[in-house]
Order: sequence, then structure tokens, then C-alpha cells
Amino acid sequence: MKGKSEGRTSGRGAWIGRVVPAFLAPVLALAALWAGFALIKEGWISGGFAAAFAAVWGVVGAALLYFVANWSVERLGPKVRAKALPFVFVGPALLVMAWYLAAPTVRTLALSFFDASSRGFAGLDNYAYVFTDRTMRIAFLNNLAWLVFGTGFSVLSGLAIAIMADRSRFERVAKSLVFLPMAISFVGAGVIWRFVYAYRPEGDAQVGLLNALVTAAGGAPVNWIVERPWNTLFLIVIFVWLQTGFAMVVLSAAIKGVPGELLEAARIDGASELRVVRSVLIPSILPSIVTVATTTLLLTLKVFDIVYAMTNGLYGTEVLASQQYKQMFKFLHYGRGSAIAIIILVAVTPMIWYNLRQFNKREAFS
Amino acid sequence: MSRVDERSPLPGADFEEAAAVSRLRRVSVRKVTGRLVLNAVLALVCAAWTLPTVGLLVTSFRDPDMVSRSGWWSAARDPKGLSLDNYRTVLAGQDWSYVDASGETVRLRGENMLGAFGNSLAVTIPSVLIPILVAAFAAYGFAWLKFPGRKMLFVGIVALLAVPLQIALIPILRDYQKAGLNGSFLGVWLAHTGFGLPLATYLFYNYISTLPRSILESAFIDGASHYTCFTRLILPLAMPALASFAIFQFLWVWNDLLVALVFLSGAGRTMEVLTQRLLALAGSRGQDWHLLTAGAFVSMLLPLAVFFGLQKHFVRGLLAGSVKG
Amino acid sequence: MKGMNRAIAIVIAIVAAASLAGCAKKDAADSVAGKTVRVTGSFRGEEAARFEEVLKAFEERTGIDVVYEGSAEFETQIFVQAEAGSPPDVAALPQPGLMKTFAEKGYLKPMPAELVARIEANYTPAWKDLGSYKGQVYGLFHRVNAKSFVWYPKKAFEAKGYTIPKTWAELRELTDRIVADGGVPWSVGIESGGATGWVATDWMEDIMLRSAGPELYDQWVSHEIPFDHPAVETAAGYMAEIWMNPKYTLGGPKNVLTTPFGDAVKPLFENPPKAWLHRQANFITGFMPEGIQANLEEEVGVFALPQIDPQWGTPVLGGGDQFVMFNDRPEVRLFLEYLTTWESASLWAKAGGALFPHQDQNLDDYGNAIERELARILVGAKVFRFDGSDLMPAEVGAGSFWTGMADLASGVPVKDVLKQIEASWPAGK
Repeated sequence: MKGKSEGRTSGRGAWIGRVVPAFLAPVLALAALWAGFALIKEGWISGGFAAAFAAVWGVVGAALLYFVANWSVERLGPKVRAKALPFVFVGPALLVMAWYLAAPTVRTLALSFFDASSRGFAGLDNYAYVFTDRTMRIAFLNNLAWLVFGTGFSVLSGLAIAIMADRSRFERVAKSLVFLPMAISFVGAGVIWRFVYAYRPEGDAQVGLLNALVTAAGGAPVNWIVERPWNTLFLIVIFVWLQTGFAMVVLSAAIKGVPGELLEAARIDGASELRVVRSVLIPSILPSIVTVATTTLLLTLKVFDIVYAMTNGLYGTEVLASQQYKQMFKFLHYGRGSAIAIIILVAVTPMIWYNLRQFNKREAFS
Repeated sequence: MSRVDERSPLPGADFEEAAAVSRLRRVSVRKVTGRLVLNAVLALVCAAWTLPTVGLLVTSFRDPDMVSRSGWWSAARDPKGLSLDNYRTVLAGQDWSYVDASGETVRLRGENMLGAFGNSLAVTIPSVLIPILVAAFAAYGFAWLKFPGRKMLFVGIVALLAVPLQIALIPILRDYQKAGLNGSFLGVWLAHTGFGLPLATYLFYNYISTLPRSILESAFIDGASHYTCFTRLILPLAMPALASFAIFQFLWVWNDLLVALVFLSGAGRTMEVLTQRLLALAGSRGQDWHLLTAGAFVSMLLPLAVFFGLQKHFVRGLLAGSVKG
Repeated sequence: MKGMNRAIAIVIAIVAAASLAGCAKKDAADSVAGKTVRVTGSFRGEEAARFEEVLKAFEERTGIDVVYEGSAEFETQIFVQAEAGSPPDVAALPQPGLMKTFAEKGYLKPMPAELVARIEANYTPAWKDLGSYKGQVYGLFHRVNAKSFVWYPKKAFEAKGYTIPKTWAELRELTDRIVADGGVPWSVGIESGGATGWVATDWMEDIMLRSAGPELYDQWVSHEIPFDHPAVETAAGYMAEIWMNPKYTLGGPKNVLTTPFGDAVKPLFENPPKAWLHRQANFITGFMPEGIQANLEEEVGVFALPQIDPQWGTPVLGGGDQFVMFNDRPEVRLFLEYLTTWESASLWAKAGGALFPHQDQNLDDYGNAIERELARILVGAKVFRFDGSDLMPAEVGAGSFWTGMADLASGVPVKDVLKQIEASWPAGK
């Protein structure tokens, strides 16, 4: 890049030499990026090559933007730099999130006070519906179960497997096997669990794994998906099966970050392995456990495809997110769907508050 | 990993040390049994976790009419019912023939997976890398830089974790329509970036902020700028966090249907991603659902490869070594 | 310095080239040839391949490029696109309710007079009404389905000496005779993933049409009579008589709930049949075992669900996607006009798996005897009614009605079920 030689000339010229390229460079970089996409859009490059070209262009371009922005800010002198640099770092992320999620959330909040067609003002009608409707009451109760058991089982089993795998010679194999469900598309997972929960009347050959076990043990087949209230628990099992891989991967990464000397020291002191885990390992990875629990908990509030694909919310299995999806896109009642989304958002405030407390404990450089 | 035999008692110990050796032996016996129990429990858990998938795998080779008649575990009893037909259809494309009223046989061919595979790659790779880049910068900013509104903005990001992406589809598509981003790869990448950023920033922040402050302090004394510090020091150190997010984002984007349907629509089938084509295989009413079994495994291969590829980043001592250096 | 200059030059060149490319496109000829019509719908896989056959003939003749996209989450996709102002040119909407919502919001373009004339000429008034909203025609039908059919394993059925029932009483007799012979008469399954419930509502509607008649049916669908009207209760009683009797349905009501609807037809073709009768729409043939599908005419028998009250005869219940227009351009009109012709329909009829409402259809074009027979029943029906659950507000038709039918099969009393559905009907609809 140019500029360094010009910067040596004195006074105003030096300032211009510093500042003009600092503003010009990001503009040029953006223009170049845009031009690349224009080429693809107008069909100048097409086919598989276009896809590959676009992919490289996009990733390199994003990195280039950061590089150029930093380069520009560095040229503006220490005072401006100190003020501007944080925005080079967090600015793009904030902009993207504001556009893609924050603004739509504000819109959703507004629409939650409007009627089905989003045109007539409905006051608090949608919220009244959310808190009084029979199906919604079921959804609230079920979601509580999802929240407690879904999060609890996923995090606990993820933690247990991560710790055991860390001490096993088959670590890679074990982790890969537990991770496997995450890699299966949801379409595939739906088919899989049908073969687990399938029910055939007594006397017929059972095609479901669970019922085959039950009948082999001399029991009568159970229609797992229909029997309330247990069916919600069986749906949660699918969630745990899918999500434990997430908890395991993140916690395993955290366990690897615990210095080996720390554990060894405890072992030399004669602590049993269980004790080492309980009083050394777990406290050191506690922040990661909180992270995993937070994200899993939010997922239990947002997940709807398991319920949607397995039961369509019948037999008392409805949850908030599946109701939200149905209200928005099936019943075309955008107001009610929006109200449910807002309720979910409000429900997570305790968790946000907890994370804020953690945030305050850590000190940044000024 | 230390091997079990290294912990067995030392051979040829002196008579005076017999007491010490026997204590050692007791400890090691306990350790060996502990290890055995641990491996057994782990093996059991893994088996339980994998069994449903094994069921799908076996089913993917079975004749569809057999599937509704007997359990997958009894497939071995009738090996004639096993074939590669489902995989052939998924990979080479469907093939229908019918005899029309004039007695002529007409053949129709469905599309194969290849083009969709390429599209899925073109959608997924930047949709994974761009949010990692953007979120890593932001996480560093939140962890180590002071700026006004830092606390409130972070709270905002955690809150956004709870926002379902469905509410964003309509307003974003409206913006895309104006900006001409509709039906373009760039539009999908940005959308996946936007939807993935809160989780990425949150995960990275939690990892980066727990890195020892001393590393950064010593770098600043050496005259490094925040930018160099970030790219040279923090990014490599944050690899385990970056790798784990990369895996999840890859899976999420690779298996996504809704975002692709909404933002890639308009270009016809040339831009169809793998999930779209997989669901098309099953037919409008799911009459060919048995193809989903083979399809699920075909579409799973790449995510698994990514997992294996990134697994090497989850190793102990990455941090310890760099602190010393 | 030099590197920078070159970079700028390249950027300028690229931008200039890109904008030139943009201009070049505008110079295309004004005729419709070479124009593109974007169509989206919910049919995919095999059905999409057959629809492509229909499109091909049109493309060859007119030079218009029709790009079809089928999607698994079509309803969500089209709603988002329409709300965001970027819909396709034409969409095949599976529910009349969706058409009405879009028409009300002004997203759809009404059909021009010449298309309305085509529709009037080649469809019965029922189809035109289904595509109309507030006096304007917005939708036209192409492929449709008919649901009031009972399927049976032909060879075994004839070997036992069973005969096709013409009335509900005869159907009851047949049912009892099968039980007396040690068989299970009915196989029912309503599981359908995210759409679980539609099989049950189809049953209910079919019986309602037969026991209460089309007028009451219409009032029921449009909520002029309450959902828990005695006539509805009577209809539910007919249905429960079959569903809730473990001797009459394979595996009893519990099995009904979780049997995938596509699997429910399979027991008919076991040897000996594990069940003998299956009520389902014409598309169920696609779910029959492969060996049966290859020999459809010899293996499979079908009759219309018998009448209950003689004064209403044997009505036909059906459904179908309607093609609506989001953008009114000459090439779009040409394409829609093409869909009203038997020429466009015959290409699909020959391939099989679909029925058509076109008045000028030639039954000989259907690929096999069974579909010819079904088409004859559909076209010849004195009373035809559209799937009621698709006409009701979606909160009911794809919500509480489905839930209610599942509750009914789980043993909740009919009265309670109907009362709950009635309570869920949205005010003002």
C-alpha cells in the first residue's frame, strides 16, 4: 500500500496524506468486493467455477475489509485510534446483528400488538390469547419440561462423556460416535427415531427397537409417542441424543485447556480420580459449563422441528416454538406468533442477567 | 495418553521396598479396574448413542417393502433383501418410467446430487468462515477493549441468542429485494453470518476472555498493536473454540432448509442445495421416504469429515505451551 | 504506487464491465419468446418430473422459459416471499385459504377476462368458485385429487366372494362378514409428520357429506352452523363406529394414530391380507408395494365410499393446488391459459398419478384403467366438494380439527372433542 513516503512531507500535506488514504482505502476495498459479486450476478462467470470464485472472494474479501479498516485507523494517530479501534473490532459484528436480528426483533415486538394480517391494532389481544388458550397452556408446561430435562440431560451427559473420553484410550472413537447424531440432517433423524418408537399392535412383528425390547422381555407394546405425559419426555430424549454432541465438544475443548500439571498435582496428593474431577477439573471448566448450559437452554426454547416432525404437536406435545411457527406460517396469524416470540425473549432475562454478572467480573484493557 | 502397562509395578524391586511396592500395586490395581470400568461405561454409552443410527444404516440397504414388515435387526436373516439400490438412486438420480396410453414406454430422469453438493459447499464454506472472522474480532473487542456501551451491547448479544431466525425472514428478504441480493450466494452467506453471530460471539468471548491476561500484557510491552496481538496470538490460542463453533455452524448451514429456501429461491434448480434435493427425493407426499435413509448418510459424510479434520485442535497443552514461549 | 494504480484500474474495468452487462440485457426483444416465467409449488420429486413434462411442451411451442421450483416447506416459503414483496410469477397454492389471504392483502393479480372465459368454458362452476374471492377469479386448477375411494386387494377379495357395497348398510354387512371370516376389515393410519391429522379430517368430511348432505356441509365449513352441531356429532358417530372398534380396524384406534398413512395401505397386499379395506385418495397407489404398482389393474380394486343417506347420493370429496398469478405479464397469462387446456393435462395424465378437472378431458389419455375409473367418478360426480379442512381457517383446518380427531381416536368423548374445536374457531371468520 502507498502512503508512507508521502507521510514525511510536513504540516497539512502530511495530514492529508494520512487521512485521505485512510478513508479512501475502505471505500475502494468495498467497491472491489461489490464488483466481484456484480460479475457473478450478471452471469459473466457461471457454473461450479462461479461458486468457487464467489466463495473465495467472499471470505478473502471479509478478511481484507478488517485489514484495511485497521490499516486506516492505525494511520489516524493514537488519540483517534484508541477511540476508533474498538469499533473496527466490534463494529461489523454489531452492524450485522443489528440488521439481521435486532431490527427484526423490534419489528416483531411492534407486530405482536397487531392482528393476524399485521394491519389492525389489536392491543394486548395476542398476549391475552397466549396466556389463556388451552393449547398454549400445554405448550408452557411442556416447555418447562424441555427446559429442565432437555438442558439438564444434555449438559450432564455431555460433561460425563467428555470427562470419560478424556481418560480413555478410545477418546476419538467415543467422541465421534456421540457426535454422529449432530451430523445427521434433521430429515434423517426423524426417520431414525421412527424406527425406535414405532408401535405395532400386540402380536405383530415390532419394527420399533424399543417395543421389540419390551415384547422380548414379555411386556405389551407401548405407543410411546401417544402416551401422555410421557411422550414429551420421549421427544426430549431425541433432543438430548442430538445435543449431547454439542455439550461434549465444547466441554472437551475446555477440559483440554485445563493444565495437566494442575490435575497431576492433585493426584500426587493422593486424591481419588473422582475427587480430582469434582474439586479440580469441574471448577476450572465451570465457565464453559455455564456457556454450554446457556446455549442449550436457549435451544430448548427455540427448537420446534422435533415436535413438528414427530407429532405435529398432537397428543399434548406442543411447545412454544412450534406454536410460534404454526401461528406465523401455517395459521397466518403473525400477531400471535410474534407475541409468542416476545414471551420467549422475556423468559430468558434471568439468564441474561446471570451472564451480565459474569461479564462484569472480567476486566478489559483501556 | 499414558498406557496401562506403564503403571504396573516396577519389576525387580528391592526387598526393603516391598511394602512400598505392594502399596503401589494396590493403587495400580485400583487404577486398572477403574480404567476398565470407565472404558466399559463409555463403550455402553457409545453403543446406546449409536444404535439408532445403526438402525438407519441397516435400513438404508433394505428393500422398502421389507422395512414395514420386520425390524431392521432381523435384516441379516434375509440377506436377499439387502442391496445398494437406495444409494444408487440417491447418487445417480431417480429414474421413473411409465407406459402411456399408446403403449410407449416413457422414461423420466430426476436430478442427481452432484450439482446440489457443489451448491451446498458454496453456501456452507463462506457461511462458516465469515461469521468466525467477524465474531472473533468482536469477541476480542468485548474481552480486551474498552468502549462506551460495551456492557449493554454484550447483554444485547446474549439476548439475541434467544431470537428465533424465523422472525427475520420477511424483513430481511424485503431488504434483499431492494438491494438486489435476492437469490445470490452473498445474500445467503450474510444471512447465515447474521443468524450465527450471536452464538459465535458469545462462545468466543467466553473463551477469549478467560485466556491469561499476562500473555497480552507481555505482548503490549513488546510493542504489539491490538491487531497483531489478535491475529498472531489470540486467534491461534482460540483455535479450540473456533474449531468447535466451525463444526456447529457447518452442520447447521449444511443441514439448513429454510434459509436456503427463502434466500436462494428464484434462480431455479441450478442453486438448489443438498437438503432441498434430498427432500425432493422423497416425493411430495413422502412416498419414496426410504431414499431418505441413504440420502441421510450421503449428506452426512462431509460434516463427519469436517469433524475429524477439526478434532486435532482439541488437544491438551495448546495454551500451556504458548504461555511458556 | 504502481500496484495501487493497477488495482484501481482493474476495479474500474470490472465495475464498467458489470454495468455494461446489465445494459445489454435490456435490449432483448419485446416478444414473449425468451421470457421467463417463475413458478413455485409444493410438488417435488416424481411429481415435479411429471410437471416438467407438461412445461416442456409449452416451452418448445412458445419459446418461453418456465422455471419451476418445488419445495418441502412451500407454505412458509411462499408466505415469506409474498410478504417481502418478492414472490414468483405463479404459485400453486395448496389451500384456498392461502389464496384468500393473499388476495385480501392485494398480492395477487385477478385473472383477466379471457382467462376467466377459459375457466368458465372448461371447468364446472365449483372449481371456479374455489378460485374466486369477492367476485374476482384468482386461481385456476390443474392437477387435482379425489379422496372418496375405498381400495381393496382385488384377487383375494374376489376369491372370498365379497361384493362391492353400494350403500352404507352393505358396507356394514361386508365389514361384519370379514370379521366373521376371521379377518380385519379396515386399515387406517393418520401419521403424516408435520401434517398428521389430514387423513382423519378427510374421513370425517367424506362421512359428513354423505350423512348430512352438501348444504349442511357447506354451512359447517363456513361456520354458519357450529362445529358441535348434532349433524356433525352424527357423522363423527359413523366414523367412530369403524375407528374405535378394535375388531374393525387393524390394531385398534391406538395403532391408527401412529401408523404412517402411506404404510396403512400395505397390509391389504399381504398374503393373506391382514386387512381388506382402505379409504384414501387416488394418490395412495404410489405407496403400494412395488410388485402391486407394476400390476395395478390386476391386483387392486377400488370403489367409491358408499352413500349413507340416499337423498345425497355418492358425493366426491377432493382437493388440489390452485395456480395464482403474482405478476401479470403476457407470458404469464399464456402459461396459465395453457394450464386450462386438456393438452397440458394429458401429458401428466399419461404419466399417471394425477386426476384433472378439465371438462374436455379424454379419459383414454389416462395411463391405466384404475385412473380412468377414478377420473370417471370425479367428472361424473353429481356433488363435488372441496376438502373442508382446507377451506376452514387454518387454526381449525390444520390445527384444532387435526388435534380433535387425534383426541377422538385416543378415546376422548365425541361431544367434548367437538366442543373444543368449536371453541377454537377464530372470532369473525
